[in-house]
Amino acid sequence: MRLRCEVNGESREVDDVWPGESLLYVLRERMGLPGSKNACEQGECGSCTVYLDGVPVCSCLVAAGQAEGHEVTTVEGLAEGEQLDPVQQAFVEKGAVQCGFCTPGLIVATHDLLERRERPSDPEIREALAGNLCRCTGYEKILDAVRLAADRKAVS
Amino acid sequence: MKPFAYTRAHTVWDAVAAVSAEPGARYLAGGTEMVNLVREGQESPDRLVDIGDLPLTEVRVHGRGVRIGALAKRVHEHPEVRRRLPVLAEAGLSAASPQVRNVATPGGNLLQRTRCHYFRDVRFPCNRREPGTGCAALRGVNRNNAIFGGSEHCVAVHPSDIAVALTALDAVVHTHGPAGERVIPVEELYRLPGDEPNRETVLDHGELIVAIDVPPTPFAARSHYLKLRDRASFAFALVSVAVALDVRAGVTHDVRIALGGVAPRPWRARAAEDALRGRRFDDDARAAAGEAATTGAKPLPHNEFKVELVRRAVVRALSEVEGR
Ligand SMILES: Cc1cc2nc3c(=O)[nH]c(=O)nc-3n(C[C@H](O)[C@H](O)[C@H](O)COP(=O)(O)OP(=O)(O)OC[C@H]3O[C@@H](n4cnc5c(N)ncnc54)[C@H](O)[C@@H]3O)c2cc1C
Ligand code: FES
Ligand code: FES
Repeated sequence: MRLRCEVNGESREVDDVWPGESLLYVLRERMGLPGSKNACEQGECGSCTVYLDGVPVCSCLVAAGQAEGHEVTTVEGLAEGEQLDPVQQAFVEKGAVQCGFCTPGLIVATHDLLERRERPSDPEIREALAGNLCRCTGYEKILDAVRLAADRKAVS
Repeated sequence: MKPFAYTRAHTVWDAVAAVSAEPGARYLAGGTEMVNLVREGQESPDRLVDIGDLPLTEVRVHGRGVRIGALAKRVHEHPEVRRRLPVLAEAGLSAASPQVRNVATPGGNLLQRTRCHYFRDVRFPCNRREPGTGCAALRGVNRNNAIFGGSEHCVAVHPSDIAVALTALDAVVHTHGPAGERVIPVEELYRLPGDEPNRETVLDHGELIVAIDVPPTPFAARSHYLKLRDRASFAFALVSVAVALDVRAGVTHDVRIALGGVAPRPWRARAAEDALRGRRFDDDARAAAGEAATTGAKPLPHNEFKVELVRRAVVRALSEVEGR
């Protein structure tokens, strides 16, 4: 089948999509957007988090057909050209990235949290990121990065 | 993965007609369960009928009761649900992760399949997935399995949190099916496994849940969901308790107690309710209810701990709801 949707502000059209494919597969393998990661493919790790119609979802749990006619924003869509999004910048500065597999999902989930909430409390950060697992960092640096991004957003 | 067709339904009638006409057709709502099951092979549909465009997304207050569309998203955030049905808001918020909650629907949640490892891992025998192959959980690691309502053919637990809350609220589901419309209490939606664990619900093939109705009751507003799990967030319940309470002048007038994580369906702890009704609502009564909630428990080799957990969780949930 043919799939049409808007990805990172551009309308995209891909042919020969099989209904059993996930949105994650379409993004990575058919649209050349490998930012969203495939780790568990079961909704358990959040590495594949993208915005679908403005809310973060696990793209591994979205059937390709469900995205037809909808809007998707991936981690690739957050930076303005070479200018990183403040969340990305904070992750780099605070050393919140080790192997990097969980990072794209965490960036999208954090981006969403800070759109909804100015200066979230630590429990709020933890709950908002509960769906994103990281096996490297122990989460402390990630929390530092989220707090830094929140502070910068609040003063800007 | 076996190839299948994908179509979108635009009316309830179209959806019911499309699935009823084809034994291998299934509904697709948010997809957070179905996409997993199809990929892993527990389900191999010929057709998925996407119901995501149907106008079943509303949460509406009528009289003092609440009607929840089968496709309503993030019901736990709805102000009227939080105010009138705290147990449901708490149960909904306790389920899954933000990403999954953004997509999941109440209808799909009620009809999610068990999280028993042996059902999910298709390399193992499982009577629920493949009738007649045996139950690997009975002899395997059965820490997460049932202590109530199981049979020698299946000891799986139903994983839904909101089903437990809805059971404590006397909620019903409204369905449209090939044989017309009907109303089914949430508790009776699920069949106990008996010798046919593969028949999980009372729904006919093609029967669509269109809404959940929570009736006005004197106990809904003072209700609470306690969920105990292996980690603080983003895990299924080991044991959960939904309590809804109507205490007048210190005496329990009416009460509902439903347990999750312990049975193939939300488990009404009727003996525990009876231990409270008509008595002063005090520590002794709560302790008696906790004891009564374990009546009839049949633990497996690895989940004896759930019996004590049920007892304590019931006491704690009742104490926590008291202050509300
Ligand atoms: C990682 C993870 C963790 C989770 N943790 C929890 C948890 O802690 N607690 C909890 O309760 N749940 C949990 N869930 C389950 C989650 O809540 C369900 O996957 C979700 O609610 C299913 O809704 P859906 O709309 O995505 O259903 P779908 O996947 O679209 O459908 C699920 C099933 O229901 C059927 N169906 C859907 N809607 C209807 C309808 N209206 N009428 C008839 N049939 C219908 C489908 O045919 C399918 O068989 C978790 C899921 C994941 C992936
Ligand atoms: S890859 Fe989608 S949640 Fe892990
Ligand atoms: S940095 Fe490796 S998983 Fe998070």
